[in-house]
Amino acid sequence: MNTSVSTTARLLGAGLRALLVLTVICGVLYPLAVTGIAQALFHDKANGSEIKDKSGQVVGSSLIGQTYHLPKKDPNDAEEAARPDLKWFQPRPSNGLGTNSVNTQYSLILSGATNRSGDNGAVGGQCTKNAEDGTLCAQVIAAKEAVIADNSTATYTVKPADVPADAVTSSGSGLDPDISPAYAKLQIHRVAEKNGLDVKAVEKLVADHTEGRTLGFIGEPRVNVLELNTALKALTGP
Amino acid sequence: MSPQTAGVLQLLALIGALALAYRPLGDYMARVYSSEKHYKPEKWIYRAIGANPGTEMRWPAYLRGVLAFSAVSVLFLYALQRLQGVLPGSLGFQSIDPDQAFNTAASFVANTNWQSYYGEQAMGHVVQTGGLAVQNFVSAAVGMAVAVALVRGFARSRTGELGNFWADLVRGTVRILLPMAVIGALVLVACGAIQNFAGIHEVGQFTGGSQQWNGGAVASQEVIKELGTNGGGYFNANSAHPFENPTPFSNLFEIFLILVIPFSLTRTFGRMVGNLRQGYAILATMAVIWIGFTALMMWTEFAGHGPAFEAAGGAMEGKETRFGIGASAIFSVATTLTSTGAVNSFHSSYTGFGGGIQLLGMQLGEIAPGGVGSGLYGMLIMAVIAVFIAGLMVGRTPEYLGKKIGTREIKFAACYILITPALVLCFTAAAMALPTPANSMTNTGAHGFSEILYAYTSGANNNGSAFAGLNADTQWFNSTIGIAMLLGRFLPMVFVLALAGSLAEQKPVPETAGTLRTDKPLYTGLLVGTIMIITGLTYFPALALGPLAEGLAS
Repeated sequence: MNTSVSTTARLLGAGLRALLVLTVICGVLYPLAVTGIAQALFHDKANGSEIKDKSGQVVGSSLIGQTYHLPKKDPNDAEEAARPDLKWFQPRPSNGLGTNSVNTQYSLILSGATNRSGDNGAVGGQCTKNAEDGTLCAQVIAAKEAVIADNSTATYTVKPADVPADAVTSSGSGLDPDISPAYAKLQIHRVAEKNGLDVKAVEKLVADHTEGRTLGFIGEPRVNVLELNTALKALTGP
Repeated sequence: MSPQTAGVLQLLALIGALALAYRPLGDYMARVYSSEKHYKPEKWIYRAIGANPGTEMRWPAYLRGVLAFSAVSVLFLYALQRLQGVLPGSLGFQSIDPDQAFNTAASFVANTNWQSYYGEQAMGHVVQTGGLAVQNFVSAAVGMAVAVALVRGFARSRTGELGNFWADLVRGTVRILLPMAVIGALVLVACGAIQNFAGIHEVGQFTGGSQQWNGGAVASQEVIKELGTNGGGYFNANSAHPFENPTPFSNLFEIFLILVIPFSLTRTFGRMVGNLRQGYAILATMAVIWIGFTALMMWTEFAGHGPAFEAAGGAMEGKETRFGIGASAIFSVATTLTSTGAVNSFHSSYTGFGGGIQLLGMQLGEIAPGGVGSGLYGMLIMAVIAVFIAGLMVGRTPEYLGKKIGTREIKFAACYILITPALVLCFTAAAMALPTPANSMTNTGAHGFSEILYAYTSGANNNGSAFAGLNADTQWFNSTIGIAMLLGRFLPMVFVLALAGSLAEQKPVPETAGTLRTDKPLYTGLLVGTIMIITGLTYFPALALGPLAEGLAS
């Protein structure tokens, strides 16, 4: 009995020493070495790809999406619903986030998705206006209505079939920095009107900020909303 | 170019990259585990451990090494989390509660990386980098060591000796995982993944105000999370988070990292048993299943059935714009057919059939190509079962690689394949039968059942992905999933090593005209069929209640 206890103790001791040595290698030396090289070679990227506006002010990360809301009417009212500032291009919706999970809607404190299933809120296999609040069906229907209403101007009508899927669904991280070119295109008339700009000028801006697939086939074409709005601000702002 | 074409081209590019890496990496790994030479730094490590790397171990000794190292690892990681509140470099986060600390420790040591915590809100630099990321390395190295021990069991005769666990552990870590991780981490930083030790800080925003950023050694952890088929994200959104997976290229690169070692290990196997064609037959089996599942997943996600997806005009809920549907589908199959469980899009928001494909992928036992090491040994167990079934059909004693598959061997193999389904189905049944666990579901009906089935499937198979609608941070789920992960990892290893020991003792039987050729397409077909039938028979009733019911309703 004694020998088996001491054998076990010896074995666990060896295990502990192995773990400690490998912790020093993989948990201390490795991350420090990688951090050192990364900071030397890719300083900006290793620190979050910050972007600045014309005045040199940091306005966020090119990798992380943001909201473009109007200031609250009453800053102390936590319940007040956020209203999009239609002067700016809008990102993918975030209304569904945080109601059932803990995502903090583009504020980066906590990332994550709605985790709603495709049949969430459906009645008889259909998504209708009567879908229960907070379900994916209700969110998609509401988002689609809002996209159509917000983006239709006196001279430009948005048809339901024109609204792309990314405009009415929330992303995996809840921090998606991009929208599809189709969603950007759909916002051009509204943005031009609200900013008193020529539609052609805004179209050019969107075209300049549309990134195709990497090497022509990797990923999907996209428009970075923060970069686009920063360029828009440079065009319009003082 | 249509998104469908782009998706197929990305898959083809991935296959090309894996094919290029296959021979050099597979041969290199065979040399690592066969070499007699110890490098100087390795000798220092062995001296610190107090182990002689030249000592051959029989299977019980090898198993004791695996279990001792893993037991110490669980305790160490548990203690680290419990002490987080008083450790420096913790970003001000509190110590983790006992049930969650147990769950997380079990999860990372078992190569599962199920997470019931929110990374950016719970774990500081010390626990992430010094605890969780270390297990990402060593739990993967343990898996490879056990696989190599089984391969030696086939390759050796009349000995019973399977190698030295400490040498296999150290070599797998420092000669294979570490150099690949350094290169891969720098590639990810070049794409935009962050790598710093900044604290929580405020960064300005476009419309004024500021947002709160966590710093972190993200790239260095991200790379080993994929390479070691671990899957535990630095952030809650895992590989959907732009700081973990910033660009379409980084996404394809991460999928490559997930698959490269498991596929290449079949070359290592062929090399070590002295017959490369045997390795190719195993590779072909894995590749057929992987490509078939990926094609099915792309088809169902692009079709986008489901009321909310039809209303939206596509299944983009929980998917990132830069990846789109094609690259998300490829990632999700790679992660569930290996033991990774990292996600670049949220599985709970896949179509009903898409969720079924993810579940089935894990339920195959994660062998196509499976986790690092665990994929190979899982597939070799299936290979043994397949020759046994073929042997029954023709009335001959089955053989595989010149070893007789007798009563003892088939008992070990049968125990192996029974453990995980027993854990999955018993725990799922218990959770559904008890009054409170079902309160954790986000969705109701068939999808709610799938959330729970998915959780135990993911835990017991050491995957770690989730239908994350399930609130798993309860005492019930933390404890039972923790137990499922540990038993699902280490009980199968017992039978693998026992089988390896039994095979290594045999003397080889000469090949005759009646021997089933296990290096031919006929055998690959038999093996694919065996895997599908065994899994189908085991899980069909449960799948019918969950994803099949949901998929057929929409």
